[in-house]
Amino acid sequence: MSIPLLSTLIFFPILGGLSLLFIARDQTATLRMMALIITLIELLLVLPLFLLFDKTTPVMQFQEHHSWISALNINYSLGIDGISILFVFLTALIMVLSILVSWESISTKVKEFFIAMLILEGAMMGVFLATDFFLFYIFWEAMLIPMFLIIGVWGGPKRIYATVKFFLFTLLGSLLLLVGIILLYINGGQTFDIIKLAGQSYPLKLQLILFWAFFAAFAVKVPMWPVHTWLPDAHTEAPAAGSVILAGVLIKMGAYGFLRFSLPILPDATREMLLPMLILSVIAIVYGAIICLAQTDLKRLIAYSSVSHMGFVTLGLFALNQRGLEGSILQMINHGIITGALFLAIGMIYERTHTREIASYGGLASTMPVFAGFFLLFTLAAVGLPGTNGFIGEFLILLGGFERLPWTAVFAATGLILGAWYMLWLYQRLFFNEVKEEMRGLPELNLREIITLAPMVLLIFWIGLYPNALLSYLHVSVVHLLEQVHGGGVEGSIQSLSLALSP
Amino acid sequence: MPVSLLAIPFLPLASFVLTLLVGKRLGTRAHWVPIITVLLAFFFSLLAFFRVLSGEIINQDLYTWISSGSLTVSVGFLVDQLTAVMLIVVTSVSALVHIYSVGYMKGEEGYYRFFAYLSLFTFSMLMLVMGNNFLQLFFGWEAVGLSSYLLIGFYYEKKSAADAGKKAFIVNRFGDFGFIIGLLLIFTQFGSLHYHEVFGSADSIAGQSISLLGLEAGVATVIALLLFCGAIGKSAQLPLHVWLPDAMEGPTPVSALIHAATMVTAGVFLVARCSPIFELSTFTLNLITIVGALTALFAATIALVQTDIKRVVAYSTVSQLAYMFIACGVGAYSAGIFHLFTHAYFKALLFLGCGSVILAMHHEQDARSMGGLKAVMPITYATFLIASLSISGMPGLAGFFSKDEILLMAFNTHLGAGKFAWAIGTLVAFMTALYSFRLLFLIFHGSFRGSEQQRSHLHESPRVVTVPLILLAIGAVGAGWFGVPSVLGGSNHWAHFLEPVLGHPHVHLSGLTEALLMGSSVLAGVLGIALAWYLYLVRPDLPGVLAQRFSSCHRLLANKYYVDELYDRFIVKPTLTFSRRVLLRLVDLACIEFVVNGIPRAIGSLAEKMRRVQDGYVSHYLAWMGGGALVILVVLLVRI
Repeated sequence: MSIPLLSTLIFFPILGGLSLLFIARDQTATLRMMALIITLIELLLVLPLFLLFDKTTPVMQFQEHHSWISALNINYSLGIDGISILFVFLTALIMVLSILVSWESISTKVKEFFIAMLILEGAMMGVFLATDFFLFYIFWEAMLIPMFLIIGVWGGPKRIYATVKFFLFTLLGSLLLLVGIILLYINGGQTFDIIKLAGQSYPLKLQLILFWAFFAAFAVKVPMWPVHTWLPDAHTEAPAAGSVILAGVLIKMGAYGFLRFSLPILPDATREMLLPMLILSVIAIVYGAIICLAQTDLKRLIAYSSVSHMGFVTLGLFALNQRGLEGSILQMINHGIITGALFLAIGMIYERTHTREIASYGGLASTMPVFAGFFLLFTLAAVGLPGTNGFIGEFLILLGGFERLPWTAVFAATGLILGAWYMLWLYQRLFFNEVKEEMRGLPELNLREIITLAPMVLLIFWIGLYPNALLSYLHVSVVHLLEQVHGGGVEGSIQSLSLALSP
Repeated sequence: MPVSLLAIPFLPLASFVLTLLVGKRLGTRAHWVPIITVLLAFFFSLLAFFRVLSGEIINQDLYTWISSGSLTVSVGFLVDQLTAVMLIVVTSVSALVHIYSVGYMKGEEGYYRFFAYLSLFTFSMLMLVMGNNFLQLFFGWEAVGLSSYLLIGFYYEKKSAADAGKKAFIVNRFGDFGFIIGLLLIFTQFGSLHYHEVFGSADSIAGQSISLLGLEAGVATVIALLLFCGAIGKSAQLPLHVWLPDAMEGPTPVSALIHAATMVTAGVFLVARCSPIFELSTFTLNLITIVGALTALFAATIALVQTDIKRVVAYSTVSQLAYMFIACGVGAYSAGIFHLFTHAYFKALLFLGCGSVILAMHHEQDARSMGGLKAVMPITYATFLIASLSISGMPGLAGFFSKDEILLMAFNTHLGAGKFAWAIGTLVAFMTALYSFRLLFLIFHGSFRGSEQQRSHLHESPRVVTVPLILLAIGAVGAGWFGVPSVLGGSNHWAHFLEPVLGHPHVHLSGLTEALLMGSSVLAGVLGIALAWYLYLVRPDLPGVLAQRFSSCHRLLANKYYVDELYDRFIVKPTLTFSRRVLLRLVDLACIEFVVNGIPRAIGSLAEKMRRVQDGYVSHYLAWMGGGALVILVVLLVRI
């Protein structure tokens, strides 16, 4: 191993961010350009990962090991498998777009903003790359600090309230996670190595305690119902880039936590807690979708729709079969792209109108037809139109849910109706109907904005029409994960609990 | 895979992308690419049709779309007899509508956008009928829904148009809800979503039962019902018919192509395509027949009193689609597809005829201000008359053969609902003739009732409009000649052609019974025309008198049985209220927020109290220390 590729992914943006310190604060153009170049290089650095990645093995690849605190057996160890590689790509992509969307909308403390963004990127990479539980925790917490700052400093009028709420929610979860990690360390042979921890078995009672401790941290992040209420506030108050990162990457970390820790380390507890998890997922799907119908604020609506979509993600996850899990992971990437794109678009329109109130819009299709076209595509992907990436994820999840417990898929499928209802209603109120006076003369998207949105369109169709490009990375890792959960020798479609056939 | 086959769907797709990107710059020439590509698609469809006719069935995968564990779904194409027929219907009507639109949409804003959407629709519909698996069918199914949404809401600045587009999409999603669960069940039962594997082993689910949500039911019945659920939405049958009349907000060529000839027949196509599964469930077949019969009657009664000419034709479409479902329900799928075929031409003709009238009337659609147009618009009149005679089932015309075949099959079947459907079907044949000729007489006969200004502008439409009308009129006459029944000396080529895919029920009726059935349906049609003639030409005062005499009945029909109002009151409003009052205010804000904000608040107030302890007075601290020491002392003493 000549070049520590994974470490580079973590520290390149952090060092890049620190290098901005040496640029004068009034040089905003340089600062922006630097930040953009750094995130672009980071995105390019992900490319060799994909090219060199071996899809045939579930073993962690590109591993790096360094002893860190040897007394406690804490190591700096990194690795990547078919699951995390997709998140690394998503993070790198979302960051480029977040920088682009902040181009003009961030006008105060520009230097600090981009430094925070770049440090955030490094920390998020760390979360997905760490294979040492302690190291993971460090990144998990470290990432929150720049995120708090981004919302708390560059956010909307109620940003302090939103930040405090976000902080309290995640803090409580994080503390329980820490307790859980320590408990695991004591009972798991004094190691933080995720692979080793997953290779051992623990008494069910301990597993259950740990499951709920982990749940506290991960469920808040997802967010699962009923600990979702921080999300609408955080989204509404965050600047555009903050919303994009929240929806695009940050909330995926909760589900990633379940995948990486709860499932392989606590298989018995996971199986034991299957039903409550599925029920919470279904509630999130239906609840999140129906509550969207009552929203009057653009960003709040999309935030609640995230609750619904993430319900699909956890449903697929806890279906604990191959289609469910693959659908779930794919849907996380999809949701990152689609909702990320929606927040990018909302950021662009907010820059023009300075209102998030849906009722003050109308007839934008006449004044900004190109923008209307982009938004329509994102809307269609959000409602899971076949041909877009949203459909693939949702369909696989529904299939996985149906194979596990048919009624979960039946209830979840109502999300298809409700999703079309709130999204098309939103689209109509923004783009159709008579043109509102205030909407006349709004400038059409400029080239930078089109360049920001265009990759999202490409990804939506690319994954929608050729999902195997991503799914092929998942197969082996997911099958391996399922073997860990179900104790080996399982193809994925384990017999359903209630789909009993009688001749 | 032969390129000539791939060209059929992908040429219109290319046209869509191209027209959308550069169409604006082409201005009034934006229609050329769409028209040429759709004509080419028609040409290649003909080639494909003759290939099938010579016995060649194509079933090939293009590439693997999704794979996950044992699930493998391809993008692939199946061209068999059923698909071949659909290809002809879709591309021929689409081509004529494209050409017609050059005249109809002339000078409209968004001219290129209109043609781009038409291409998108054509592509989607072709993917729907050509797919060799359920998921690709679903792709086309949703994509035609999208095109329909865009085209209904073409005049998006008009709220009613935007509303109608949205309504169409959402109501269809109710049907899709069942459809997609049906797909899940098909996959878990058959381990595949490809037609070949599913239909090839359809018999394996015969007699099996499943328990879903605590109910025990036959697997085949559940799958068939769920698929039918999708069909009801797309083909606007009871109780999901509500979107189709509103869809008339779209430009008239769209109504002809999407909401009469092609997209709305996708439900019928679905049932026919899945006939191996439907055949396993007598219950579902009976249900389809009953839903068909009730919808036919329901829509025909509404059509009798509507005054918007497009709405009359829209309800007529709902009613005619119902005939096709009756055919499928009694197991005569080829008869259903036959009616789909003939209906495509005479109904597209009726719509485009209406469009021609609307052009002449400067976008007036109310029949009450028309009349006597036959003198000014001879070609439109003649073609409209042919279409009306055809839909009324007059002997020799297309509608006669297909409708007769359906009624015959309904009477012939051993299924319980057959005779009921036959009786209703014959009654509706009478009503069909009545409302069709009412419309014809109101528009073209009598004297002109519009304003002077409208009168002065009346004109026959340009040739780009009338030539498609004439071509469709040929179809409205001749399309039925492919299926001349044996009782009339024909040999029903149609049914024989489709038999390999759709089968054909054995007819056990005598020639005399067949002739009597035919006679009765023709008589029903003639009576309908005669009554329309009496009511609207001989005694034009009578309809008003009748409407007054039976005013409550008339109001019920004019208001479409208040179904929209019912849905609004019992589904839409309660959901919105529930969302606002219960979920948002009560659960989210009152309960969850109270708890999660409550914990920090409780900690905060505790901290507030604790803070007072730390007030900075040394004497207080000393007192606390002394007290503390005392307590410790007491505790220690007690423990000893």
